[in-house]
Amino acid sequence: MRRVVITGMGIYSCIGKNLNEVKESLYAGRSGIGIEAIRTEYGYRSPLTGILERPVLKGVLDRRLRTGMAEEGEFAYIATVEALANAKVDNLYLEDNEIGIIYGNDSSAKAVIEAHEIIKEKKDTTLLGSGAIFQSMNSTVTMNLSTIFRLRGINFTVSAACASGSHSIGLGYMYIRNGLQDMVICGGAQEINAYSMASFDGLSAFSVRIDEPTKASRPFDAHRDGLVPSGGAATIILEEYEHAVQRGANIIAEVVGYGFSSNGTHISQPSNDGCLKAMQRALDDAGMKPSDIDYVNAHATSTPIGDTNEAIALDALFSASRPLISSTKSMTGHECWMAGASEIVYSTIMMLNSFVAPNINFETPDEHSAKLNIATHTVNKEINIYLSNSFGFGGTNSALIIKKV
Amino acid sequence: MTRQEIIDTTNEFLIDEIEVEKDSIAEDSRLKDDLGIDSLDFVDIAVIVERKFGFKIKAEEMMSVQTLGEFYNYIDSKINQ
Repeated sequence: MRRVVITGMGIYSCIGKNLNEVKESLYAGRSGIGIEAIRTEYGYRSPLTGILERPVLKGVLDRRLRTGMAEEGEFAYIATVEALANAKVDNLYLEDNEIGIIYGNDSSAKAVIEAHEIIKEKKDTTLLGSGAIFQSMNSTVTMNLSTIFRLRGINFTVSAACASGSHSIGLGYMYIRNGLQDMVICGGAQEINAYSMASFDGLSAFSVRIDEPTKASRPFDAHRDGLVPSGGAATIILEEYEHAVQRGANIIAEVVGYGFSSNGTHISQPSNDGCLKAMQRALDDAGMKPSDIDYVNAHATSTPIGDTNEAIALDALFSASRPLISSTKSMTGHECWMAGASEIVYSTIMMLNSFVAPNINFETPDEHSAKLNIATHTVNKEINIYLSNSFGFGGTNSALIIKKV
Repeated sequence: MTRQEIIDTTNEFLIDEIEVEKDSIAEDSRLKDDLGIDSLDFVDIAVIVERKFGFKIKAEEMMSVQTLGEFYNYIDSKINQ
């Protein structure tokens, strides 16, 4: 069976605009969360959000290549530039070789809303500009990146809510393992503007710990009161192992297991059965036991019910081996469509640098999280194999197992 | 607006917003072959022209406009009729 390795990574997030910055933030337990006052004016219940500025691509990218990109495409472009450099893939390599792209994204709200506002005012679609349609579609990220990087392999976007980024890596892994592609650019992107999160805020799902923004995202803590939305993009380059060795690529880690499930229950409430099934399937795929896992990067978003259900599933699987567990969402907030991919970047950084980043703000365990071995501070420890969870609205669950090579 | 003002305004947005190479701007420059303006760029130019000159470009009227000089003339004919 063909092996699938990671040969490049890139990140653009509220805790760092590149791998080095992110590594330092993870180690320091630094939060990227703040307040965007315009959200309150717009009608939000909670103005808390990851803070991330839009990159300036004028002068970097041709106008034609920039025009069709909404902000999540720009984030994904930056992350992918870093990942391709990491993977030692230059323009010549892109011209001469078939590389695919399977990237996670599940909205482009701002682009749609801005187009609507122009039409309302002008009553004329020819005044929208050429970029509007390409920015507005869910597949905006893959359609733009495949044009910019001249990709000629598989090309589509994965929309699976907060499991999008994770499923994209799972799918890339399957394409390569089954011999359909030798290299696939995977990842997740998430717009980070007030238009995109308004309906979500309307569920009263966000934390209102407005007086202490960096303490608001507190996965597994007994006093958690909701998630904090965030965004950016993360790219993971997957490659067939022999292919990577042959071209002298830097082999970062290996993807050894992908598990999935669908809850088939409530549209927004997670189920511990579904979590458990996805994790177990990933272990089966990897031919591993729970005791093989050194660290679990939990999905835990700081919601009262979600974290509880995941804690129950984690305890069911890992009560004997008690691996270290943390949710990096404590620092980044919930990066939604980006999260599954960014958490692979964060966890791989930890694995390569032998530390586990803290689940910050975990001050008081509750009945379920008390049973888990949650990292409250940075732990210097050799990690050889980790498992990462991502669960999304609609009950879509994904789990990935990555190991050191 | 005088023809020179039309030329200056047009050249300014072609360079700043459409990012056409300054050196390729000349009366006889062909819009597609010399300035590299494609069909999607024309969509954006229509938006800018409405904003700068206050009229809507009609695609059928642009069929005979091949060069930059002809484009200046077209704008001139629409705003100074």
